Amino acid sequence: MENGDNEARDPSGFLSAIIGAPVTVKLNSGVVYKGELQSVDGYMNIALEQTREYVNGRVLRTYGDAFIRGNNVMYISAD
Amino acid sequence: MASPSEPGNRPDEPLDLVRLCLDEIVFVKLRGDRELKGRLHAYDSHCNVVLGEVEETIYKFEEDDEDAEPVTIKKQSEMLFVRGDSVVLISPNPPS
Repeated sequence: MENGDNEARDPSGFLSAIIGAPVTVKLNSGVVYKGELQSVDGYMNIALEQTREYVNGRVLRTYGDAFIRGNNVMYISAD
Repeated sequence: MASPSEPGNRPDEPLDLVRLCLDEIVFVKLRGDRELKGRLHAYDSHCNVVLGEVEETIYKFEEDDEDAEPVTIKKQSEMLFVRGDSVVLISPNPPS
């Protein structure tokens, strides 16, 4: 029914489609993280690999792996 | 009947990254320009964490001069419980 003619789509399809891809994650604080998307869960918690942290457009730090708590996320964009 | 939610048999999810950090030194970024470095003793799905041998770094920014280097304050604690809602990021390795 839900996947009938009006094929129901939800945002999590996008998220699972970009697993493994390079992404940009912006937090509500304005801090931006760029890295390879390892996984996402229902809270929008995110695991990133090869992560660069940008503050005011400048790379502040790099992390091999990073877990980001979902409540801080403003958007996730596939690069 | 292996269910995907059985421990040890779960699909890759973000908190697995934190699970792999148990008993290791982790870097935790908090709200309010604070950072912690310490040994991860425990965590849960809220990101409540218990850290040992903790070094807390607090960055204080001058209000009138945005470009000025922040003043950093360091504090040591033997053991710390951090409420999950102030956690922003957890990383296994100290950042470079």
